Amino acid sequence: MINFHQVHKAYRVSGQDIPALRPTDLQIGRGEVFGIIGHSGAGKSTLLRLINRLETPSGGRIEIDGEEVTALDAAGLRRFRQRVGMIFQHFNLLSSKTVADNVALPLKLAGELSRSAINTRVAELLARVGLQDHANKYPAQLSGGQKQRVGIARALATEPKILLCDEATSALDPQTTASVLQLLAEINRELGLTIVLITHEMDVIRRVCDRVAVMDAGSIVELGPVAQVFLHPQHATTKRFVQEAEQVDENEQHDDFAHVQGRILRLTFQGEATYAPLLGSVARETGVDYSILAGRIDRIKDTPYGQLTLALTGGDLDAAQARFAAADVHLEVLR
Amino acid sequence: MDALLTRLLPNVDWAEIGYASLDTLSMLGGSLLFTVILGLPLGVLLFLTGPRQMFEQKALYGGLSLLVNILRSVPFVILLILMIPFTVLVTGTSLGVAGAIPPLVVGATPFFARLVETALREVDRGIIEATQAMGASTRQIVFNALLPEALPGIFAAVTVTAITLVSYTAMSGLIGGGGLGDLAVRYGYQRYQPDVMAVTVILLLVLVQILQSVGDRLVVHFSRK
Repeated sequence: MINFHQVHKAYRVSGQDIPALRPTDLQIGRGEVFGIIGHSGAGKSTLLRLINRLETPSGGRIEIDGEEVTALDAAGLRRFRQRVGMIFQHFNLLSSKTVADNVALPLKLAGELSRSAINTRVAELLARVGLQDHANKYPAQLSGGQKQRVGIARALATEPKILLCDEATSALDPQTTASVLQLLAEINRELGLTIVLITHEMDVIRRVCDRVAVMDAGSIVELGPVAQVFLHPQHATTKRFVQEAEQVDENEQHDDFAHVQGRILRLTFQGEATYAPLLGSVARETGVDYSILAGRIDRIKDTPYGQLTLALTGGDLDAAQARFAAADVHLEVLR
Repeated sequence: MDALLTRLLPNVDWAEIGYASLDTLSMLGGSLLFTVILGLPLGVLLFLTGPRQMFEQKALYGGLSLLVNILRSVPFVILLILMIPFTVLVTGTSLGVAGAIPPLVVGATPFFARLVETALREVDRGIIEATQAMGASTRQIVFNALLPEALPGIFAAVTVTAITLVSYTAMSGLIGGGGLGDLAVRYGYQRYQPDVMAVTVILLLVLVQILQSVGDRLVVHFSRK
């Protein structure tokens, strides 16, 4: 659906080219929720804006739905942008227009629907985001979460195939973030919309994304299904994001459990395996004792997962390890 | 009451004050109208071609900016005199209300255009970006996003310009422009009748007060923040 071929972007600052995005290949599939995570200045905002050409690439080719976006003229670009919705960190609603007029704006600009058809569509959209009672209010009268819902309704107005989310939840409190993310997941499911979102919070990725790209210094340094990247981070930047999400502080991470006896394993469960009564049965069969040193059980999008760090003592350690390895569990020996 | 007024203000001819007030109001109304008609597009153009804006055009912006600065740096009294041949060409006279309006417009338009440019710069860039992302043309961005969002600022600019124009109309009295300023110069200054001077000053003050409070109300009315 979205294809980047060796796309790169540099900004010219006082006679020098500062690279914002190094040559990048990327494919995003139809109906996918694709997350891009990185610290500020990593190039994620540039990458997102290249998709609807709010930024013009310095080189490379971008194809969307077989159409070469990089080759569009001004009129073609305007028509193309009408099929790509976008929401923003600071909502970017027009303070001079009511909620209904804000949502109607993209339809008015496209100029394809009659006044009454626009009104019907706006009412539908406001109902979808749960704001039907706020149609005649001004943005200043709404809470942050409500403003972002208006932003989402506005972005969906022209029935786009792609929704770009620029740090859409970064200005919201955790509870509101959760409800906005839930709305995005719902839209993705029900409308089959492709969503590309950028964020600096791993938690946002974990809740809604199918795949994630981790960016650092203008390059994608890690890319894969969220569960894989989240549970087995490879790159230092990814590891840092995962730690932040799990609220592991630095000291704890560097603790090599020096004072703990026995063999130390880290088990990672995914899906159904998370709820299987594995520890008890292995302990009974092999006679090992275990103590749990660290652990977490949670969900990645709709998939449950667990990650446990165990110390095993006594009994047949190798047999226990083999049993874990044979079960549907990812095993790492830490010591 | 009448007797008291006559004793306090022996030289004041109320009919003449009335005509002069009407002249001032028509000079103000006429020049404000043309100032807005010319200054608003000029302000939008200054904004769009300005640094880091949608239509950044260094040469055009530089040229317009220089023209605006030149016009703004000429003292209005001098502009009044410099403009006389042009005014005669446009209106057929350099006297009275008709003769005053062209220099007033030329004096106030650059000032108003700068204020409009500033008001447009106050509009959040994110709003422009959001409108661009919807596929809006520059024209659509100007009419559907920039101007509505900047409306309170534009009303404030109109108010400040109107008040500046009031003082300019008074100056145009110097070259026979008519109105309250003319009265103040002819009676108050040349014949030394301080009562006429006082009445005209008070009337101008009242006019400025009215303009400011109407302007403030419009700004509040159109502010949704």
